[in-house]
Amino acid sequence: MSDSPTDVIGFYAQQLGVDEAAAESVLSAALGRGGSFAELYFEHKRSGSLSFEDQRVKATQASLSQGVGIRVVEGDAIGYAYTEDLSLDAMRRAAHTAAQIAHGSDDAEPIDVTAASYDADRYAIDAPSTATPLAEKVDLLRRADDAARAWNSSIARVDVNMVDEEKRVLIVRSDGRMVADYQPLLRFNVSCLSEIDGERRSARWGGGGRMGMVYFDSQSPESLAEEAARQAVLQQEAREAPAGTFPVVLAAGDSGILLHEAVGHGLEADFNRKQTSNYSNRIGHAVASELVTVIDDATLDRSRGSVNVDDEGELAGRNLLIENGQLAAYMQDRISSDHFKVTPSGNGRRQSFRHAPMPRMTNTYMTAGADAPEDLVRRVDFGIYCKAFSGGQVNITNGDFVFSVTEGYLIENGQITAPIRDVNLIGNGPDVLSKVTGVGHDLEMSDGRWTCGKAGQSVPVGVGIPTVLVSGMTVGGTQMRPGAGMSA
Amino acid sequence: MPVQLSTEPLELAARLVELAAAAGADQSDAVAIASTNASTTVRKQQLEKVSESTSRSVGLRVIIDGRQATVSTSDVSDAALAETVQTALELARVSEPDPHAGLADPRDQARQTPQLALFDEALPNLDAEYRLSQALACESAALDADDRIANSGGASFGANLSSFALVDSNGFAGTYSSTSASVGVEVMAKEQDGSLRNAGWSSSERSLHRLDDPAAVGREAAARALRQLGATKGATCEVPVVWEPRIAAGLAGIIAGAASGDALYRRATFLADHQDQQIASPLLNIIDDSTLSGRLGSRPFDGEGVVTRRNPLVQQGVFQGFLFDAYNARRLDAATTGSAGRGIGGLPYISSGNLIIEPGDTSPDDIIGAIDDGLYLTTLMGFGINYTTGDFSRGAAGIWIRNGELAEPVQEVNVSGNLLDMFQRIDAVGSDAQWFGGVSAPTIRMSRMTVSGV
Repeated sequence: MSDSPTDVIGFYAQQLGVDEAAAESVLSAALGRGGSFAELYFEHKRSGSLSFEDQRVKATQASLSQGVGIRVVEGDAIGYAYTEDLSLDAMRRAAHTAAQIAHGSDDAEPIDVTAASYDADRYAIDAPSTATPLAEKVDLLRRADDAARAWNSSIARVDVNMVDEEKRVLIVRSDGRMVADYQPLLRFNVSCLSEIDGERRSARWGGGGRMGMVYFDSQSPESLAEEAARQAVLQQEAREAPAGTFPVVLAAGDSGILLHEAVGHGLEADFNRKQTSNYSNRIGHAVASELVTVIDDATLDRSRGSVNVDDEGELAGRNLLIENGQLAAYMQDRISSDHFKVTPSGNGRRQSFRHAPMPRMTNTYMTAGADAPEDLVRRVDFGIYCKAFSGGQVNITNGDFVFSVTEGYLIENGQITAPIRDVNLIGNGPDVLSKVTGVGHDLEMSDGRWTCGKAGQSVPVGVGIPTVLVSGMTVGGTQMRPGAGMSA
Repeated sequence: MPVQLSTEPLELAARLVELAAAAGADQSDAVAIASTNASTTVRKQQLEKVSESTSRSVGLRVIIDGRQATVSTSDVSDAALAETVQTALELARVSEPDPHAGLADPRDQARQTPQLALFDEALPNLDAEYRLSQALACESAALDADDRIANSGGASFGANLSSFALVDSNGFAGTYSSTSASVGVEVMAKEQDGSLRNAGWSSSERSLHRLDDPAAVGREAAARALRQLGATKGATCEVPVVWEPRIAAGLAGIIAGAASGDALYRRATFLADHQDQQIASPLLNIIDDSTLSGRLGSRPFDGEGVVTRRNPLVQQGVFQGFLFDAYNARRLDAATTGSAGRGIGGLPYISSGNLIIEPGDTSPDDIIGAIDDGLYLTTLMGFGINYTTGDFSRGAAGIWIRNGELAEPVQEVNVSGNLLDMFQRIDAVGSDAQWFGGVSAPTIRMSRMTVSGV
């Protein structure tokens, strides 16, 4: 059973000696130089990893990471310190360090901490995978390995691994709010190498979410492995990708990476508070085609990016970012919501207790449109169909973004034809979103395999999108097309 | 920065190995790391963030009958250490035997710890005031460089002290302390229409005296933002491409990644089957070297206690060989190259040291001067490198070269090719090598790449 918030609070008090009195004492130390707000983020994380290669278990791993991150806010500025040592002395020392940001005197009111209850339970689990017997997990890895090898005789190598964690977080703030959450996370990965006459091609696939072994009720290890094997074998026939600007059809699901890069990061409120985003001062303006509605949604059932409360203790929710092409809102953390005088949107997230929170995405997706997916392909004379990706990146300030396609095809005369080799696509956020000329009715969320990096911090996220037609995006292939450009 | 680096990591690691032996492990090794991190960030000349923390964690690997497991913890209480050992043994017992699992051969391990000048005595004394002054100086130099510098993403100055210890059950016990300092800034230049072009610059070194002057870092960031003003999307074409030193440094990282003995075992590298072959222009020489004094990529012994060394990777375009830790060396019948990296959690992995692309004899002006039409690369974006096939396709920005001169800025283009072709097409290597953290690289020219744009 997963812990309820009350169980988590009890866990900290009984197992780690962190109770309300201790938290109040540390918060008082944190405000000892007159900071306007202080917050303690306690994290207790057990994680495990199991890897399988050469048809046997290669490595088993377990780790325990626990500590507290202490933040003192003074205006827009913060002091931050953390410690793995949860003794009262060590925590108060760290609190004094974080308090340096303020320069006043200790005239704070006594802090009275009260556990807050909230109405969200988005990833309750019956049995944490971290407690599942290893033999049961090894069986899943072996099934994946067998299935990948059986898929095609060219599959020469299969590497499978499974990582999982259970995280207990406790957030206590100087405004007296105390919230707790129990956050499971599981991920299963398969990578395959196909080798034919010395030509090698590889592919990775995987999935998971905020859940335990129940993940495998809906997704078998075989299906994940066969998908990795299929993509690797497909690459054996892939042609050079074209170079130039062409229409692009993005398949439903993982193509949501487009939104994550083209508009998601640019709508994180820290960049907009500082006016360093190309979406700064654009609320209420058209930033995309009228077909585009984008939502960041922490409430999706057991999704990799879902949270009940964010890492600042705010209830996380469903936030409309773009409505019919018009910019509706930014994703806020505490500091930015104070700046913009809006309610926090529950997007304050962090990698661990060693990191200060900032506005981050949860699960970001485009809502379904009216088009039949196959019609969107039919509308393209020559272009690219993109299905699987290895990652993306954005320059927040000028809006340029990229994503790397690992499964893509040519579209010729309205038909999906030959697979193409790995290729990068580049575009500019508002420009590409204004060129969305068709949105399918087939919204799909990706399986839980994405991790987002920002300012050195990684957090799990979800992405989703229906099939989408973009009338022009720059495709970074190597094949020059007649009339597509000049040659020096 | 209040810090006491003690012998504690070595003691913690030794204690774990003793406990593991007593509990029945055939072999074990333990890593302990203690560190202090401090940084100060300013933005628009106002303090934005001060952080200071000390941290400590330990990791243990045990091997029983060829079955191995690793366990790490940030709780170093006696009870937690005992639990760590128990968990490791339990995990190992349900793992499967691997004939190649094991510690490094003691004959390969370091008998003494070479003095590599990795610790700067000045750094532990840097207080918050000093860090603030350096961050302010860096940002103000950028903001004051030109009226068109209109905004800032912030400047920061950071310092880190760390103490690493490794002990194994064959009797190896080593420890060393190191420092690092960094200063960096990002600023935005304003176009006439109000839109912004950003650029950042930073310097990172083990010692304060090697760190670039914060004001020089600021001026460089400003100059780079200013030179992108007016950037437009380039055309689709095949042209010569010049990699500025900072971008060329990435090529050394690609070669080192592709030269990983683990990638070779998995056959997931485009360098498999290319040992001793001409994989690049004869102008290209790349060296992996963990033994340089005072460099960020230096270490007195590797993550398995093995003596570190200088490993030539590419000599006159010929690929010299792969980098190995003990495990991958055993399973490919090779010798360790002292290239084991080691973190708190998990098994040793392959990690290069300092990487050096040796300078050539052409000045950067001559490299650019020989091009009528081409791209000078100053930015690469994204993850578009397939190590198995060598396919390379990444987002880019830079400056168009016209009639031998840097002309107008370009952005939102893509550069692509296959790395094995790209390395062969290197037709000039600059005399202007510079260090960027643990990598040194000069300007490099490739005779032709595909540029995708309009």
